[in-house]
Amino acid sequence: MDASLVLIQFLNGMQLGVLLFLLASGLTLTFGIMDFVNLAHGSLYMIGAFFCASLTFWTGSFVWGLLLAIPCTALVGLAVELVVIRHLYARDHLDHVLATFGLILCFDTLTQLVWGPEGISVPLPSWLDGQVTLPGDIVFPTFRLVIILGGLVVAGGLYWLVNHTRLGMLIRAGASNRTMVGALGIDIQTLFTAVFALGAVLAGLAGMLIAPITEASIGMGNEIIITAFVVIIVGGIGSMKGAFIAALMIGLIDTMGRSFLDDLFKLVMSTEAAETSAPAVSAMLIYILMAVILAIRPQGLFPPKVR
Amino acid sequence: MAGIMLETQDLQKSFGGVTATDHVSLQVEEGECHAVIGPNGAGKTTLIAQLSGMLPPDDGAILFNGKDITRLTAQRRSHLGLARSFQITSVFMGLSVLDNVALAVQAHSGHSFRFWRPARQDAALRGPALEMLEKVGLQDRANGLASEMSHGERRQLEIAMALATGPQLMLLDEPMAGMGPEESGRMVQTLKGLEGITMLLVEHDMDAVFALADRISVMVYGRLIATGSPAEIRGNEEVRQAYLGEAA
Amino acid sequence: MAEVSATGPAGRLSRISVTNGFMLASLVALAVVPVIIYAAGNAFWLDIATRLVVLSIAAVSLNLILGFGGMVSFGHAAYLGIGAYCVGIPTYHALFGEFEMIASNNGFFHIALAVAISALFALIVGAICLRTKGVYFIMITMAFGQMVFYLFVSLEQYGADDGLVITSRSELPGIDTGNPLAFYFLCYGSLLAVLYLVHRIVNSRFGMVIQGAKGNEDRMRSLGYSTYIYRLAAFVIAGAICGYAGALLGNFTSFISPEMMDWAASGELMFMVILGGASSVFGPVIGAAIFLLLEQLLSSFTVHWHLPFGIMLILIVLFVKGGVSGLLDRLGR
Repeated sequence: MDASLVLIQFLNGMQLGVLLFLLASGLTLTFGIMDFVNLAHGSLYMIGAFFCASLTFWTGSFVWGLLLAIPCTALVGLAVELVVIRHLYARDHLDHVLATFGLILCFDTLTQLVWGPEGISVPLPSWLDGQVTLPGDIVFPTFRLVIILGGLVVAGGLYWLVNHTRLGMLIRAGASNRTMVGALGIDIQTLFTAVFALGAVLAGLAGMLIAPITEASIGMGNEIIITAFVVIIVGGIGSMKGAFIAALMIGLIDTMGRSFLDDLFKLVMSTEAAETSAPAVSAMLIYILMAVILAIRPQGLFPPKVR
Repeated sequence: MAGIMLETQDLQKSFGGVTATDHVSLQVEEGECHAVIGPNGAGKTTLIAQLSGMLPPDDGAILFNGKDITRLTAQRRSHLGLARSFQITSVFMGLSVLDNVALAVQAHSGHSFRFWRPARQDAALRGPALEMLEKVGLQDRANGLASEMSHGERRQLEIAMALATGPQLMLLDEPMAGMGPEESGRMVQTLKGLEGITMLLVEHDMDAVFALADRISVMVYGRLIATGSPAEIRGNEEVRQAYLGEAA
Repeated sequence: MAEVSATGPAGRLSRISVTNGFMLASLVALAVVPVIIYAAGNAFWLDIATRLVVLSIAAVSLNLILGFGGMVSFGHAAYLGIGAYCVGIPTYHALFGEFEMIASNNGFFHIALAVAISALFALIVGAICLRTKGVYFIMITMAFGQMVFYLFVSLEQYGADDGLVITSRSELPGIDTGNPLAFYFLCYGSLLAVLYLVHRIVNSRFGMVIQGAKGNEDRMRSLGYSTYIYRLAAFVIAGAICGYAGALLGNFTSFISPEMMDWAASGELMFMVILGGASSVFGPVIGAAIFLLLEQLLSSFTVHWHLPFGIMLILIVLFVKGGVSGLLDRLGR
């Protein structure tokens, strides 16, 4: 393997990592503040992708499509919170899991009814569709680089939001002490709704960004959501910092594993054995990592202080 | 003079910046009922949690019959003869009253990897369980569900379960909490009737404390400020100021 | 918790005998109706009945840990898949060679393999998951389930995500497994055995411990129980039984693919348990029956039957008083 290939796969891993972070941050926010488990978070990712696809065709521009899809996804998030989710906060986790499992079935079928069973590919404008040459003669798709940078900007924004704004102060206070926020005279219901909508937008944004690469398709959220679960389990449920570090770690390990594990195995076993076992092991790599981390730290890498 | 059954040496525990247990050195003598009193937030429940093995102390040691048990799990301590009752009633609501006590008996009659014989027809469990219910006066309620009992009855059941583990020492975390005068009077009678069992009692009900305790320790902000006989504690100036002040 | 139930002991007693009568009637119906169906030459409904009985075994095994043990495992379909591939892979090698050590059509071998591998997997997963609580537990069981899914997706030799065709059913002495009715009764007999086994387990000393640990683990530990090891044992037993169900399922469908252990499949198993009432041993069988009938009914109206199904699921959780757990309590009484 040569160095530039490793660098390219490193960047691909970063790209997966920032997408995972967008998904995981919403999950970890809703869990940290509302103690709510949302299996249907992946559905918002899918909805974001489909909105973006339709709006891109309608406006003729991916950028406009994306910008308009963001408020649309937020509206869906608000509606779901109002109709279903807010009645579940006081219930136990089993109820959360069952109801949001029901939501997934609804979302998948509704999406199929509206957009049809086929996936929709999203065209990129030419200035995004090309490739850039990075230092060291590495040729890398422009759009993927944009995803990485965009994701990092959003991560920075979230950091600022959580640590330096009034909303963030409430979020942090709420995560550690729910009754205290209530005692401050804050309408806790509004806070929950806002946070849920924020999580929906973050998930939707991830879907919008991936749509031009993979196309928008039914059930796309159900695969990646499990990986996002692994991210927040590894990072420590409720921790934003944990979600960020774990997302990049999982993104890199998964991508690198799939690309280079067979080469690595060939160093210690026969070519044939390596080629048979490497795909199986790389498919399980992040779960094995999760198992190891949990065996050492059952609460994840960065468990929130009060819980 | 009886020996020392339970001893803490410089026990410390803090949460963030709050010191819940501050260099606590306490001695419970064999056969006595030792009460720990103090205002809310004094760290009494945290102390019980460390003694019973639910919470690891930051520093210091816990000795039980001279053996260091600081790092032992709750279940190991139970097998050494340390039982506890919980401040928030924790009986098994979905099970019958007798089932609750039988489960406690079962914990101390060998391992439970017995998959076939019905536990509810097991005389080795039911017999001793009924005996414990008699001790707390609940024998008539044996077949009712725990969820159908009154609060006071659940607290009695809680004592029966602790007794069923055959303890040398019982840690009682506010056994009278939430009770009316009549119920707590009954609880005092129940606890008085338990002979040969050493007790560490955390309680707010001063009538109950002075009726039961042989010695009293006073805890304020995680620190023990005094230990002595009930009469000594009543007369202690520091205690009056810190705690009993308004009552005296 | 504090409310006083209106049903007195006498009321409960009559409820129990009604439940028992209902269970008996259902089991008799499951023994008789398929014979009539088969005599009438209706292969389709015999297939449904077989699927019902096999999925019931899986749901009953899940209920041992979910309903009685309070362990919300969202990866239980993985054991169905493992069991099915424990039939598929040896049969594949018996036909195409290689790996002669496991190449076999022997049903006893298939079942032993399915039970052993499932138990082993449950041991590893349980050992890690049971160190955690609540949401962690749900998500980790889910993630491990998905790991098995991806493992089989990556195995090109066994068809990857296209799946694997099982060309002949497991061979068992004295039973013509190729005959649909004989195979049905193999499954039905297995269900009876599993129901009896789980009934004995939940009422034994061991069963009392896992039920106690469900209610209040701290309490159990202060009584002197090492709850972890008992819960782990229950987790392994449930996995092993479900692996057995998987071996039957693999035989039955004769086509196996990773999809059967997707997390949606785990969700469906969970739904069966909850629907039927998680605090009785027999409940999941009712749940599985309702689920399969709903599936048939709704899908006969529309290909988009997941929509009404999903809405129903949400409504059940939202409006059945006290949520699903409340329903469980009332069904259990």
